[in-house]
Amino acid sequence: MKDLQLKSQRFRAEREGDWRRLEGLLNRVERGSVATLSDEELLALPVLYRQALSSLSVARATSLDHSLIDYLESLSTRAYFFVYGTRAGLRQRLALFFAETWPAAVKGLWRETLVSFAITAVAAIVGYLLVASDPGWFGGLVPGALTEGRDPTASTKYLHDTLYHSEAKASLAVLASFLFSHNAQIAIFAFALGFAFCLPTAFLLADNGLTLGAFFWLFGSRGLAFQLGGWLFIHGVTELFAIILGGAAGFRIGWRVAFPGDKTRLDAAAEAGRAAAPVIAGVVLMLVVAGLLEGFARQLITNDAGRYAVALSTLVIWLGYFYLPRRRRRAAA
Amino acid sequence: MTLSGRAAMPAAAAPAAASPPEVRAFVTPEGVDLRLRIGGAGERAAAFILDAVFLLITVIVMTLLVSFGATALAGLGAVGVKNNLSSVLLIVWLLGFFMLRNGYFVLFEFTPRAATPGKRILGLRVAARDGGRLTAEAVFARNAMREIEVFLPLTFLLAAGVGATNPIGGWLVLLGLVWTGGFALLPLFNRDRLRVGDLVAGTWVVKSPRERLSIDLLDAQVAAAGRFAFSAEQAGAYGIKELYVLEDVLRRKDAKTMAAVAERIRAKIGWAKAADEADDAFLAAYYGALRGRLETRLLFGHRRRDKFDAA
Repeated sequence: MKDLQLKSQRFRAEREGDWRRLEGLLNRVERGSVATLSDEELLALPVLYRQALSSLSVARATSLDHSLIDYLESLSTRAYFFVYGTRAGLRQRLALFFAETWPAAVKGLWRETLVSFAITAVAAIVGYLLVASDPGWFGGLVPGALTEGRDPTASTKYLHDTLYHSEAKASLAVLASFLFSHNAQIAIFAFALGFAFCLPTAFLLADNGLTLGAFFWLFGSRGLAFQLGGWLFIHGVTELFAIILGGAAGFRIGWRVAFPGDKTRLDAAAEAGRAAAPVIAGVVLMLVVAGLLEGFARQLITNDAGRYAVALSTLVIWLGYFYLPRRRRRAAA
Repeated sequence: MTLSGRAAMPAAAAPAAASPPEVRAFVTPEGVDLRLRIGGAGERAAAFILDAVFLLITVIVMTLLVSFGATALAGLGAVGVKNNLSSVLLIVWLLGFFMLRNGYFVLFEFTPRAATPGKRILGLRVAARDGGRLTAEAVFARNAMREIEVFLPLTFLLAAGVGATNPIGGWLVLLGLVWTGGFALLPLFNRDRLRVGDLVAGTWVVKSPRERLSIDLLDAQVAAAGRFAFSAEQAGAYGIKELYVLEDVLRRKDAKTMAAVAERIRAKIGWAKAADEADDAFLAAYYGALRGRLETRLLFGHRRRDKFDAA
């Protein structure tokens, strides 16, 4: 009878050592220890990967050992994801995020940001006018949990005190972290809601604006509008900006899903998602800042001038950081 | 005539035509199709449930630790120190909860495995649909979308429990549930099992099992091969599909199945069973002969898909 030693068997015997070596390296890398690979091993990985790929091609064309082909497919796929995966260190990626990705992404959404801002501003004006025409609207526009007794029936003295009374110092940090996690969750929510064709995001922004307007009417009617501004904008510049950016990111996604242009809807959605995601990651960071300002700075700085100074400087810093033209670093890379 | 027609067909086209529905072409820059398999809806759901359980356990443990800490503090002396420490505990809990809710999925998908513990257990991983690298933006975007896929329907479900007494509120809640349920169930309505997060991030979830290299069945049966000699006609009775089934049977080593399969093959090729002939030895020998013949034909460009294929 003829020799049973098939070509596919010899093929496997010759290459099995390399496959096993690649598998061993991948096992170590996937356990999360890229750093434990020596330079030599790191250089060997791409070579072994290409060998595995070529083995796979040969095996598909010449071998009928199904389990071998399965093994090589799995091995090549794992190696592919490592070789073509991202390998920049966390620190490099963070540096790149702050230097380029985040401000560029915010700048890229300027149209949506304007729309978001306009909706908030118009809603605030409408809220103000509505409550001015009939104070009964106040209860409808401001959620009960937010008022804490600050409604049209409250005394001017009480309203004044809410702006300046300072809570126990130990609880400031608690307040800051609560406000941060609450607001950040809303910003992420506004982003996610954008997928439903923008409308829920617009609603969320409008709701925010209406509440703002109603509060301004309430304090304005007692001659406290200027003081409320200081109380609100010391952290509110950062917070409102963050929420507006969150809405803008949502709008970009909803708009591109609804009107994908000459791309497929899938591609347009993915492109919009990638453009908007850094904005939202940044919004979470902005809300950390806002939480700190609200929890600490507002309770510690109780004069209006100081509060407005902080508000103005945060506005200048954010606008400058996002929109000032900057030199492109490493444009080729 | 048919022969020349087959030979003209590129070798790679044949298996692609017969590939199962979850396989997607995925060509590496080197030009090799990795033929990724899409994670099924059931596996995706199971992975998510596992992750949800892990999250829930972590939250419960964290809450218990913080409250134990608070009770331990209550026994302490100085009031000022006590207040400070207990507010630190509260902050740890607040920020910890936020980090778990938003960070769990993101951080695990940043790792080289690109999978949460639940996905790892199910052998799944996240990958960019265009074959490029999985960026941080994509991971962030796909997980931020969980807000409307998971938490929004959950909110409506909770509201359903509360608002059941009020008929109008009940209808509104039902409407909301249907609306948001659509987001949650999106993976069931598309071929690639994309959820909203995958749509927005340009990602998909693929199977990434860790296959082990098992022995070549041909190595195992060389010793017994001498007594079986198949004619060319006998060795060519089947095609590749049957060969794979036979390989599967041999690897499983289930005596009953092997006996049944051996019986059918003997009948098909007209093989007279010797008195002391073991089924597994016969099958292994026939596997060797069939694979040898089919692989030789393959080298000449004839891929015989199954026993009905004339090639």
